[in-house]
Amino acid sequence: MLKKIIFQFLALSLIFTYSAKSAESGGMPQLNPEFWISQIFWLVLTFGLLFIILSKFILPKISNNLETRKSQILENIETADKQREETEKKVKEFDKIINDTKVEAKNFFNSERQKVLDDINNKRLSLEKDIEKEIIKAEEEIDQLKKTSQEKVTKIAIETSSDLVKQLIGEDINKSSLSAIVEDLSKKEMEKHNGI
Amino acid sequence: MAANPMYQFNVYRIGPEIKINNIDISFTNASLFMVISSLAILIIFNLGTKRSIIPNKIQLLAELSYSFISKMISDTAGSKAKPYFSFIFSLFMFVLFCNMFGMIPYSFTVTSHIIVTFVLAAFIFIGVTIIGFIKHGLGYLKLFVPSGVPMVLLPLIVVIEIISYLSRPISLSVRLFANMMAGHTMMKVFGGFVVSLGIVGGWLPLGFSVALTGLEILVAFLQAYVFAILTCIYLNDALNLHH
Repeated sequence: MLKKIIFQFLALSLIFTYSAKSAESGGMPQLNPEFWISQIFWLVLTFGLLFIILSKFILPKISNNLETRKSQILENIETADKQREETEKKVKEFDKIINDTKVEAKNFFNSERQKVLDDINNKRLSLEKDIEKEIIKAEEEIDQLKKTSQEKVTKIAIETSSDLVKQLIGEDINKSSLSAIVEDLSKKEMEKHNGI
Repeated sequence: MAANPMYQFNVYRIGPEIKINNIDISFTNASLFMVISSLAILIIFNLGTKRSIIPNKIQLLAELSYSFISKMISDTAGSKAKPYFSFIFSLFMFVLFCNMFGMIPYSFTVTSHIIVTFVLAAFIFIGVTIIGFIKHGLGYLKLFVPSGVPMVLLPLIVVIEIISYLSRPISLSVRLFANMMAGHTMMKVFGGFVVSLGIVGGWLPLGFSVALTGLEILVAFLQAYVFAILTCIYLNDALNLHH
């Protein structure tokens, strides 16, 4: 610090001696006090006006601009974040909807298939029942037919045999004895036929 | 007369002589360049106040200068110096523009006159001293008594501190004035060499002149910066008493 001061004093004294030496050729116009007051006056005027206009009108606007830009950027980042969150939510919803639909479609398909299968089963069951009934009926009919056919055969056999006997002998035989013989024979035949 | 390297610093009247109470306040070439510099600052920075989110070039320039000086003040003088931002901004811009307009050939450099720089420095010195006494009262005098100094050395240190404090306006004003004057004189001298050595030997000083122009543009910015940053440092002493 001391060195600086000494240097400054030296510089100043040099300037003064230089100005004194070259006084006749004009020297340093800076040390001519003719226009000092004028320079001070105009300096105060221009610098004062500059300071007042800058501080009152221009600098507040610039600082305001900087502030609004900063807040705008922050705001924009905030809205961008919000929108991103919303998008994520929407994407999740969308996924959920797709999953739900898939599950629903599967369920629907399954239930429909079950229905169709049930329907088919029911129809088959009822058909089987019908068929069984038909079979039972047919069997009954067959049974009846069997019974009636035996009786008829016996009757026919008795009638034929009585006719044969009549034609052969020429007279009627006791019908009851004939029928007993025929029945006996047919029984034997039946037993043979039935494989007993 | 024009060959005299000091001739460029001459102040002369432009227009009529204006006198108030026998005091000459005529409009001179110095006044003209003060007005031009101030107007240039006002026009550029007024163009830079458009309210657009994406700034154009002038707005970017204005906003970058704003944040540059704002950062400089908060770095050197802390947040307490915020109310003085407009003043330091105006000071820096005024000195910078005066220096830069001085770089135009045949123009006049306002800051190459000791009276101009001294008035600015004296204003800063008085202002800073007043701020110091308002903020700290008589406690501001502690600035001259550094802590941790042996009692024996104290009288000497206090005297040195007082001298260094009082020499602040002189150092501040002479630094700017001498830099500007020396640079412009040197350029003029080399320019004179170019003319006197002619087409044969004039190339070397011409090259020097070109290099000096670049250097002087750097100095013009640097001195404005130094002027502003020293103001910030003095303000810092007044606002935050460290001793």
